[in-house]
Amino acid sequence: MSTIFTSSIGKKLMMSLAGFFLLAFLLVHLGINLLVIIYDDPMVYNKVAHFMGTNILVKIFEIVLMGGILLHIIYALILQIQNWIARPKRYSKANYSNTSFFSKFMIHTAIITLVFLAIHFADFYFKAKFGHTETLVVDGVLYHDLATEIVDKFKMLPFVVFYIAAFIFLGFHLVHGFQSAFKTYGLDNSRFTPVIQALAIVYSVVIVGGNTMIPLMIYFS
Amino acid sequence: MDLKLKIWRQKDSQSRGKFVNYKLNDVSPDSSFLEMLDVLNEELVERNEEPIVFDHDCREGICGACGMVINGRPHGPDSLITVCQLHMRKFKHGDTIVIEPWRARAFPLIKDLMVDRYAFDKLIQESGFVSVNTGSAPEANSIPVKKHYADLAMDAAACIGCGACVAACKNASAMLFVGAKVSHLTLLPQGKIEAKERVLQMVAKMDELGFGNCTNTGACEAECPKGITLTNIARLNREYYYAKV
Repeated sequence: MSTIFTSSIGKKLMMSLAGFFLLAFLLVHLGINLLVIIYDDPMVYNKVAHFMGTNILVKIFEIVLMGGILLHIIYALILQIQNWIARPKRYSKANYSNTSFFSKFMIHTAIITLVFLAIHFADFYFKAKFGHTETLVVDGVLYHDLATEIVDKFKMLPFVVFYIAAFIFLGFHLVHGFQSAFKTYGLDNSRFTPVIQALAIVYSVVIVGGNTMIPLMIYFS
Repeated sequence: MDLKLKIWRQKDSQSRGKFVNYKLNDVSPDSSFLEMLDVLNEELVERNEEPIVFDHDCREGICGACGMVINGRPHGPDSLITVCQLHMRKFKHGDTIVIEPWRARAFPLIKDLMVDRYAFDKLIQESGFVSVNTGSAPEANSIPVKKHYADLAMDAAACIGCGACVAACKNASAMLFVGAKVSHLTLLPQGKIEAKERVLQMVAKMDELGFGNCTNTGACEAECPKGITLTNIARLNREYYYAKV
C-alpha cells in the first residue's frame, strides 16, 4: 500500500502544501519590498533587510522556505513526468473543453518562474549574502545598501521589462495554483469554490500588481 | 450532407497507426454518429476494405461502451451525451471530422478506435463494491438514508465507466471515475463500513495501473456524459486523507 508521500493523492497534497506556503511567503516578500517605494528614505528598507538577514528566527524560516521551494519543485516534477508517461500518444487535434485556461500551462509557467527565480537569486539574494554591495554605517551598525541596489537595477529598462513579464507568468501560475490547492485538500462545493476562485484572482492581481508597480515606479521616478 | 472523415486506423496494438481520409456523401443529418460510421463501414466492406473497428453496445447512451475523440473532444461536440447520442445535425455539409481513439497508457489500443478499458474493471474488482450477505433482499426502509446523501450518491452512481474523463484529462487521470465510485458507495450507510479500505485500495490500484495525476483542470467534468462533477474528486481526496489518519 502506498503512503501519503508516494501515492498520487499524497504527492499532490505535498506539492500543494508547499505551494500554499510559498503563496504566503510571496505576500510577505511583497509587503517588505513595497517599503522601497513607500518610503523615500532607503534606510527603512535597509533596516528591515538587515533584520531579515540577521534575525535567527528569520534565518530558520529561510531554510524552511528553501525546503518548501525544493519540495514543491521535486513533487511537481515527479507528478509531471508521470503525467507525460500516462499519455504516451497525444491527440492530433487539441482538446477543446471548458477547463480553467491557466491550468493547462502550469509546467510552462513554472519553468519561466524557475528561470526568473535563478536570475532573481543571483541578482539580489546571493549578492546580498555573499557578493559585494555598497554598505552604510548608521549609529555604528553596518548595513548593506540594498535599497539603492534595487533602485539602480530598476533604472535599466530591460531589467524592468523582464521582471514584469516574469511576474505576469507567475500570476498565471498562481491563479490556478491557489484554487487548485483547495480542491486537493478536498474542499470543493458549489458555494465555497466560486469564493475561492474569486480569491485566487484577487490574490494573483495583488501579487502581480504590487510586484510590477515597484520596478515601474522606480523606473519612471 | 457530404463529409470528409479523418479516422485513426491501426491494425493492432503493436502496429504503427495512421490517419486515413475518407469521403462520405449523402449523410442524413438525422442519423447518429455511429450510424454514419456504420454506413461508411458498409461502403468499405463493399469495396473489400477492412471496416473501421469501434466499440458500441446499447446505442441508448447508458452502457458506456462507445467512445472516441471527435474533433478533439471525447464523445464529440455536444455536452452530456455519449457518441451514440451524437447526431449528424451537429455537423455541417463539407465538414472535416477528425476521429481518434481514447489515448491513455492505461487504455491500450486494440484496433482502430477500440481501446481496452479493462483497467476500469480492475479498479472495481479491487474494491469498488460493498460486501453483503447473500439471501433475500433486505427491507429497503430498514436503513434510513438522508435525502441529501441519497441524491449525492445517486448522482455519483450515474457514472457509466465510459472513460471519457481519462480521455479528456491532459494527464490521463482516472480521478473522476474513482471519485464517482468512492462517492457513490461511501455516501451510503452500506458502503461506509468498508470506506477506508476501499479508498486506499482503489487509489493504490489507480496508481499501479498507470493513470496520471489529477491537476484539477476540470476537463473530465466538462466532457463527462453523465455530468459527474469535480466535487467527487474533492470527496475522494477527503476520504483518502481520512483513511490515512
